[in-house]
Amino acid sequence: MKKRGIFLRKAKDGLIRIFSAMTILLAIGVMVWILYTVICKGAAIMSFGFLTHASKPFGIAAGGVANAILGSLLITLGAAIIAIPPAVCAGIYLAEFSTYPKLSGVLRFCANVMMGIPSVLVGLFVYMLMVATMGHFSGLSASVALAIIMFPVIMRTTEDMLLMIPYTLRESALALGMTKTRTTLAVVCRSAKNGLLTGILLALSRVSGETAPLLFTALFSDSWPTGYFSEPTANLPVLITEYATNSPFESMQRAGWGAALVVTILVLCSNLGVRIFFREKKSGQ
Amino acid sequence: MFNADGIFQRVCMVTAMLAGVLMLVFFIQLGISSQAVWREFGLGFIFSTDWNPVTNSYGALPAVVGTLITTFIALLLALPLSFFAALYLVDAKPCVGEVLGHGIDLLAAIPSVIYGMWGLFVLAPLMQKYVQPFLAETLCLKSIAWFGDEYNGFGLMTAGLILAVMILPYICAIMRDVFKMTPAMLKESAYGVGCTKWETVKDIVLRYGIRGILGGVFIGLGRALGETMAVLFVIGNLMTMPKSLFSGATTIASTLANNFAEADGMQKSALFALGLILLVMSFGIQAIAQYYLHVTGKRRGEK
Repeated sequence: MKKRGIFLRKAKDGLIRIFSAMTILLAIGVMVWILYTVICKGAAIMSFGFLTHASKPFGIAAGGVANAILGSLLITLGAAIIAIPPAVCAGIYLAEFSTYPKLSGVLRFCANVMMGIPSVLVGLFVYMLMVATMGHFSGLSASVALAIIMFPVIMRTTEDMLLMIPYTLRESALALGMTKTRTTLAVVCRSAKNGLLTGILLALSRVSGETAPLLFTALFSDSWPTGYFSEPTANLPVLITEYATNSPFESMQRAGWGAALVVTILVLCSNLGVRIFFREKKSGQ
Repeated sequence: MFNADGIFQRVCMVTAMLAGVLMLVFFIQLGISSQAVWREFGLGFIFSTDWNPVTNSYGALPAVVGTLITTFIALLLALPLSFFAALYLVDAKPCVGEVLGHGIDLLAAIPSVIYGMWGLFVLAPLMQKYVQPFLAETLCLKSIAWFGDEYNGFGLMTAGLILAVMILPYICAIMRDVFKMTPAMLKESAYGVGCTKWETVKDIVLRYGIRGILGGVFIGLGRALGETMAVLFVIGNLMTMPKSLFSGATTIASTLANNFAEADGMQKSALFALGLILLVMSFGIQAIAQYYLHVTGKRRGEK
C-alpha cells in the first residue's frame, strides 16, 4: 500500500466533511429559496376574496380560487375512498395471508415497480379507461387516476407496518380461538393503527399535489365543482399550470402564484402535521 | 356454512392481485392504443426525427433524446450532491441530522408543479442573464457546439437543473438508509486500524452498500425520466432534435402533457406510442432498481 502522511489524510478528510456539510446546506437552501419565492409572490395576492370567490374566465381580473380548492379536495377525497380499502386489504394479504411466497414476491415487485411508473402515464391510462369510454372529462376519473397512484404506496406501507407487529401477539389471539380475520383486524391492525394512518395520510398528501394525471382527466373549469361525476372539475394544480403558462396577463400569473401558495401550504402542512402528530403520540406511549 | 374468514382472505387476495393486473393492463392498453402507429411506421418510429401533424408523419427520436439528455444532466448533478448530503446526514449529531433529514423529506413533498413555476419565473431568467453567458463566454465553451445557441433561459440545461433538485431528496433518502445498514462492527474495525472517516466511507461503507446505492440511483433515474410538470414549464417544447444544451427541446412526458389535448387520429396514436416507450423505459429501470435493492436487503437479512 502507498504510504501517505497523516497530515494529508486528515486534511482530505476535513475537506470532504466541509464539502458534505455544504451540499446539504445547498439542498436545504434551494428548498428555502423555492418556499420563499412562493410565499412572497403568493402572499401579495392573498385575500379573503381570493380564497372565497370562484375563478373567472381568461382576461377577467379579480377572480378567486375557491372552486379549485373545493375541487381539489373533492378529487383527493374521492381518490382516498377508492384507493384505501383495497390497498389496505392488499397489504394485509401480503403480510398475513400469503400462502404462495412466489406469488407474493411477484405482487410485491409489481407494486414497487408501479410506484415508479410516471404519473403522466397513469393519466393516459385513465383517459382511455374512463374519459374516452364515457365521453366526458370528470372529477371522478381524476380520483381514479390518483387512486391508482396511491394504491401501491399504501399497499407496501400497510405490509411493512403489519410485519413490524410481533408474532407472539397473533399467536396469543389465535390461541384464544379467534379466527384469522378477527386476529388480523382486531389485534394486528389495531396495534399497527398509527403506522397505517401515517402511511395513508402521507400518500394522500403527496398525491394531492399531482398535476400530470389531472391534465388528462379532470381538466379545468371556471365553475364550482358541481359536476364531479360528469364534467371537467376545477382543481388547483391545473389552474396553476394554465395561469402560469398559457396566460399573457400579469394578473393571472399573480393569481397562479396565489394558488401555488395555497397548494404548497396544504401539502406541506398536512405532511409535516402527520409526521409531528404521530411521532409525538408514539413517543408518549 | 357461511365462512366469513374464508371470504375475507379471498377478498384480500383479489385486491392484492390488482397490483399485478394493473401493471399488465397498462402495457396492454398502451399497446392497443398505439397500434396504428406501429403498423404505419414500424420500429422506424423510434428512430425518426420527423414530427409533423400536417403531413401526418411522426417520429419519437427528438423526445427520446431530450428525455435521455435531461435525465443525464440531472443525475450528473444530483448524484454526487446526494451522496455527500447522505454522508453528512448519517454522521451528523442526532438533533441536527433529524432537522435536516426532515428538510430533505419536505423537499421531496413539494408538488412538481411548484418546481415548474419556480423554474419558469425564477430559474429561467437567471439562466438567461447569468449562467448561460457565463458558461459560453467567460469559460469560452462557446466553440463547443453543445453550448452554442442563443441564451433564452429555456432548454435542456434548465430542465436538467430542476430535475436534479427534484430527484436529490429521493436518492439522498435511499443512500442514507443504505449507509445506516453498514454493520457498526465493520466501521469500528476500520476506525480501529486508524482510518479517517472518509477512508472508512470509501473503503467500507461504499463497498458494503454499493448495490443499495445503485438501487437508489435507478430510483432517481426513474423519477427523472417520467417527471412531467417541472420539465414542461422550462424545456421550451420544441419537437426538433436539440442542437445544444441551451436550445429548446422536449421530453416524452412533457410532449404527452403538451400535445394530448389537441391531438386526434394518428397523432394521438403516436402520443400513445411515446407513452409505451416511456413505460418500457421506466419499467426496465425500476426492475433493475428493485433487483439491486432486493439484493442489499437480502444481505442484511443474512448477517
